[in-house]
Amino acid sequence: MAEIIRHPKALAVNPLKSSAPAGAALAFLGINRAMPIFHGSQGCTAFAKVFLVRHFREPIPLQTTAMDQVATVMNADDNVIQALATVCGKSKPALVGLATTALAETQGTDIARLVRDFRAQSPQFDHIPVAAVNTPDFAGCLETGYASAVKGILDATVPHTAGTGLVGKRKKQVNLLLGAHLTPGDVEAIKEWVELFGLRPLAVPDLADSLDGHLIAEDFVPVTLGGTPVSELATLGEAVATIVVGRSLKGAADLLAERSGVPDHRFGGLMGIDACDQFTQTLAEIAGIAVPDKLERHRAQLQDTMVDTHFMTGLRRVAIAADPDLLLQLATLLAGMGSEIVAAVSPIKAASLASLPSAQAHVGDLEDLETLARSGGAELLIANSHAVATAARLGIPLLRAGMPQYDLVGGHCKTWVGYRGTRQALFDLANLVLQHHETIAPHHSRFKLHAPAAPSPVAAGGH
Amino acid sequence: MKAADIAELMNEPACEHNKKEKSGCARPKPGASAGGCAFDGAQIALLPIADVAHIVHGPIACSGNSWDNRGTLSSGSTLYKIGMTTDLSEQDVIMGRGEKRLFHGIKQAIDTHAPAAVFVYNTCVPALIGDDIEAVCRAAAERWGVPVVPIDCAGFYGTKNLGNRIAGEAMVKHVIGTREPEPLPAEAVPAGITVHNINLIGEYNIAGELWYLTPLFDELGIRILCTLSGDARFHEVQTMHRAEVSMLVCAKAMINVARKMEERYGIPWFEGSFYGITDTSAALRDIARIIADPDLIARTEALIAREEARVRGELAIWRPRLEGKRVLLFTGGVKSWSVVSALQDLGMNVVASGTKKSTEEDKARILELMGDNTIMLNSEGARDLLNAVYELKADILIAGGRNLYTALKARLPFLDINQEREFGYAGYEGMKELVRQLALTLESPVWDAVRKPAPWSHKAMVVAGPEMGDSPDAADDEEAHGHDHDHDHPHPAAAGAAA
Repeated sequence: MAEIIRHPKALAVNPLKSSAPAGAALAFLGINRAMPIFHGSQGCTAFAKVFLVRHFREPIPLQTTAMDQVATVMNADDNVIQALATVCGKSKPALVGLATTALAETQGTDIARLVRDFRAQSPQFDHIPVAAVNTPDFAGCLETGYASAVKGILDATVPHTAGTGLVGKRKKQVNLLLGAHLTPGDVEAIKEWVELFGLRPLAVPDLADSLDGHLIAEDFVPVTLGGTPVSELATLGEAVATIVVGRSLKGAADLLAERSGVPDHRFGGLMGIDACDQFTQTLAEIAGIAVPDKLERHRAQLQDTMVDTHFMTGLRRVAIAADPDLLLQLATLLAGMGSEIVAAVSPIKAASLASLPSAQAHVGDLEDLETLARSGGAELLIANSHAVATAARLGIPLLRAGMPQYDLVGGHCKTWVGYRGTRQALFDLANLVLQHHETIAPHHSRFKLHAPAAPSPVAAGGH
Repeated sequence: MKAADIAELMNEPACEHNKKEKSGCARPKPGASAGGCAFDGAQIALLPIADVAHIVHGPIACSGNSWDNRGTLSSGSTLYKIGMTTDLSEQDVIMGRGEKRLFHGIKQAIDTHAPAAVFVYNTCVPALIGDDIEAVCRAAAERWGVPVVPIDCAGFYGTKNLGNRIAGEAMVKHVIGTREPEPLPAEAVPAGITVHNINLIGEYNIAGELWYLTPLFDELGIRILCTLSGDARFHEVQTMHRAEVSMLVCAKAMINVARKMEERYGIPWFEGSFYGITDTSAALRDIARIIADPDLIARTEALIAREEARVRGELAIWRPRLEGKRVLLFTGGVKSWSVVSALQDLGMNVVASGTKKSTEEDKARILELMGDNTIMLNSEGARDLLNAVYELKADILIAGGRNLYTALKARLPFLDINQEREFGYAGYEGMKELVRQLALTLESPVWDAVRKPAPWSHKAMVVAGPEMGDSPDAADDEEAHGHDHDHDHPHPAAAGAAA
């Protein structure tokens, strides 16, 4: 149990936090043919868009209600209704995600009423679900905004079917509710993991299908070019089981369980042999078959890697900064490899922080991370690309994890979870340590004399 | 900021198309808008001032999603790279604690970093709840004896362009003219040469490209008192009023700074560009001509002759590879003509130029440069942009970074010329980097590889997507240059079949 410590400061310095609407956009981007809209000023959208474009190196559909001065002072209700009508008419999305911002929430928008007004005015768009969520920038972080949007997507698309006997109608279908700490590479790995048991995964959202980075035949589409099909969302209640990965998705998972009645299995993270084993065991029970040989092999490979790399990870003092779910997943792995978590920093307070395998969990920014890492004698840093300068000042290596990763090609789709993902992460960690290995400083003994200079060939009358 | 103050900033008498009716300034369309906000523009304009603590007053998004995301470089202090924000919480907003938090935040920045000055950027939420940042800045400056400059640039005030201008206005009002330049040490002055002082306004030192230019100015005996704001220091901005001439580089948006310095201090100014051999030479000539020192004029001509000969010689091997290649240029403002000139220097054929954010004057220059073949694109839709590429048989698209992935998804060669790019193209030396980057993408073997179908497939690899929608990644086209009220009639290229 970690003690949660806040760092009350007037300024956040070198922010670790990205905003909740950006997280909401990310979740919406995991739905096929979706279009997220921010209710705020144009800049709210532009900044989040650049953030996502640069991280994923992909086109990112994201619109705005474009609140200007008049709308901000007088009333921005029409902006929302007009934006919904324009997006539905022009881009023909399969789903619209509507996320509020600090500006809209300070003004006092009632987003649910505005969606009802839109429905009344534009019945021709009734077939397009609108997932509207409250995500003011002044509360939460990327992870909480993402979780709100996942809940909003379910709320807008999943019918009340609990108790109607639909559960298990699709015998092979397993719902996956996947958190913000999972990359497109992770999502792909989790889906393949489920498929190994002859089951059919339905990931919500499915970033592996939308933001993995793949060329499509069309030269351009105005909406997301992949993700969970909206038509499939209505079938969530027919699955045999739901698997939830990420504690931040508690609200979304509770909603789905209540609506659908599908039994669920909840996981925090999927790194490290224990978490992977539990996940595998759960799948074996759902499928009712033995664990496939292939997974046994992957597990054996991970065991071998753990043995090989424990020399580099053991007693290693590590500092980590990330949103709570990712922080917990990484810290759990490292603690399981004998490392010492000398600094664990999250941008927000969350119940899951108490579960961290460290004495303390800090709510703060990258300045706090730097101070804690220095005082704790950290030898390795794990954080997003913003921490490059932090690591340089500390003189220790950085393993990039989380968002954004502006300066690492492929960082957005790296696979961390599962037996193989964990194995690669351990290789990466161990290699960073090896490359920064400090040897014993040479001692120049006063008695250790230099040999007299050899006579040069010329002086010795050489050839 | 009051509506009247905003209107005052929009009304720029030095701008040629200012006479157009203001009602033409359309409000952004909800659900179909792209572009940044006034805060974005203000921060782009001032963040490069390296020894200042830049504090963003607002909830996390404004700073948290954008800090550490600019291509501007500093030759010394890196304080500007430290992200600072009051990160307002829900309680701060409800309880009205924003001002207090800001006041203590300024103290924290001063205590930790001993900055030359503190800049405070106002954002939407504190502007809406009525935080008086001017008063907080004044009180903090008095209390701690460090200049604290308020920049009232809430996003909802308007576009990036307006933000640029708000930033310039803040410098004119609070900073410029508050200090005299340090005297040059005698050993820095070459014998027999009079050193002249100039300003470069709107040069942001993207990827360090200012450093392709500074050696030339050193050689000519021209002291850049201040760039606003690439690699600048606060004390340099304070002394801008002592320049003999200001060059407005690539940014109509800070034209208000040039005009006001002319009114107050009698500093003449001109507009120029450092993109391309022709324009670089023209800019150097203009500076010498306005300073009107015959010796400087003669030395400038000699330097131009030498540099042009050298660079043209070095570019000779590239020219046959690029000559005749067709370019579709899609960018705003001054770049739409300044880059045209650079590309024409290389013998390339610019087949169209995007002018969404260009001013009337910019458009006139494009016409002058490109002649009757000009097609001015005035649509920001990705579909229209791609259709124009096909229709005009362009070999390459040159645009801002946010169109990058639109082009790449369509399997088109692309060159990024906006502020997040990692290469400097300014001056004579910059041309060498420009040709390298052009050749690198134009001649890449990857295009053939990704356009051909798999051996077992006979499907065309690139088909035109739906005829709708805005570019999903066209969030904006860089530091806005033109005027807000400059939305002319769209002139979209006719839809064409995909390649």
